[in-house]
Amino acid sequence: MIELIKEYWQPFLWGSPNHISGLAMTLWLTVASCVMGFVFALPLSVGKAAGPLWMRGPIWLFTFVFRGTPLYIQLLIIYSAIYGLDFVRSTPGLGAFFKDALNCTILAFTVNTCAYTTELLTGAVKATPRGEVEAARSLGLSGSSLYLRIILPSALRRALPAYSNEVILMLHATSLAFTATVPDILKVARDANAEYYLPFPAFGIAAILYACLSLTFISLFRKAEQKWLKHLSTT
Amino acid sequence: MAEASVHDITSIQVRVMNKLAVENIHKRYGETDVLKGVSLAARPGDVISILGSSGSGKSTFLRCINLLEQPNQGAIWLDDQEIKLRPGKHGMLRAENRKALQQLRTKVSMVFQSFNLWSHLNVLQNIIEAPVQVKKVPKPEAIDKARANLAKVGLNTDVEKKYPAQLSGGQQQRVAIARSLTMDPEVMLFDEPTSALDPELVGEVLKVIQALAIEGRTMIIVTHEINFARHVSNRVVFLSEGKIEEEGPPAQVLARPKSERLVQFLSGTRWHRDT
Repeated sequence: MIELIKEYWQPFLWGSPNHISGLAMTLWLTVASCVMGFVFALPLSVGKAAGPLWMRGPIWLFTFVFRGTPLYIQLLIIYSAIYGLDFVRSTPGLGAFFKDALNCTILAFTVNTCAYTTELLTGAVKATPRGEVEAARSLGLSGSSLYLRIILPSALRRALPAYSNEVILMLHATSLAFTATVPDILKVARDANAEYYLPFPAFGIAAILYACLSLTFISLFRKAEQKWLKHLSTT
Repeated sequence: MAEASVHDITSIQVRVMNKLAVENIHKRYGETDVLKGVSLAARPGDVISILGSSGSGKSTFLRCINLLEQPNQGAIWLDDQEIKLRPGKHGMLRAENRKALQQLRTKVSMVFQSFNLWSHLNVLQNIIEAPVQVKKVPKPEAIDKARANLAKVGLNTDVEKKYPAQLSGGQQQRVAIARSLTMDPEVMLFDEPTSALDPELVGEVLKVIQALAIEGRTMIIVTHEINFARHVSNRVVFLSEGKIEEEGPPAQVLARPKSERLVQFLSGTRWHRDT
């Protein structure tokens, strides 16, 4: 076991400068997909909550498809199936993009978390107290300033606890990345186990690393809630 | 003789300058006619109370004035300038463009029954939001104004950093009035401003509104507080089934009601309560 740790502690944590792996890779997968997913989810959620029918329809379809099918299948389709298409391979930009396992993985994770986040934010936007929106309108706020100044700041605060949950779930979901050969924590753990046949230490270390990451995210979100949700306390 | 001529001049001004006039407002919800042609003109400094039982259309009428509800028919003048309206979806009237709507709403402000402060902003942020965002008032100036108006509604500076949930209903409504005031509105609309308050908090809000009336602000108040209407307003309008049933000075309308419905309404309400 000491051997295993000696050989694998570095790959478990960050790998090497030109081969990032383990915890650093898992963290990158989580942060990249959550940040991009969130950025795309913002306009989509406003469109779904308040847009015209031609806008709501496609957004509904998008969230339905990506929430209605397993992430693993989405990853397989994006990583294996799409690169198998002739026109993708023959288009220079597309071919290069889909050839790279990390690109495909981050794309799949981003689209997936985007679908869930869209749904979550849509609910929060719709739950904006009607009277507060009316007050804003009655004071001359409308259009983008109504959304940017009143509705979204209020909705994002409301969505924060649920969104922290989504990020933790996404962190755990990144453990699927090993199936696309991306060297995340789980991939390193499998390599270590394959070499030493010590499943308890190998996967145990992986579990501890995931738990540490979860704890970090949870405490960060707790801090954010203390800052952004203080208007809910009555004292 | 000198007095008479002064009186002539003011009466001419009065005839020419309405602060706000709405004419022949009709509002339908599906098959139900809520407003069947209501007209009202407010001269500068007028305080008009609108009374009526629930379902008489008084709140709907008030909301039509700043287009929170879109009337099916009617016209609105502000300072004798007509707000340009055009029929939109389902034939309901909406402002011709965003600028016209914004102009109307920055000049005609509304105080709501349930305060409707923005819960995620503190008191000061609530008050300066619209002046800064909509009227582009520089922030320091808006803050000064906000503080002056907070003082005017009887709140001191230690509420500035509090959130609406940390205030009593009466305090929230007074903040809402300060928020409205900070827009420097030409006309203030009050939609049952004390109906959501505990009885012991009604007085503090009514006192603030009364002070504004004395200041000479033009106000239209939908209220159930008949005694308050009598003390504060120079005109009372009684709405019934979407129409003005009776209107005039409070001494006349409330003390010697002509219509059967108003007599009934007055006998059935808390008319004895003193403010």
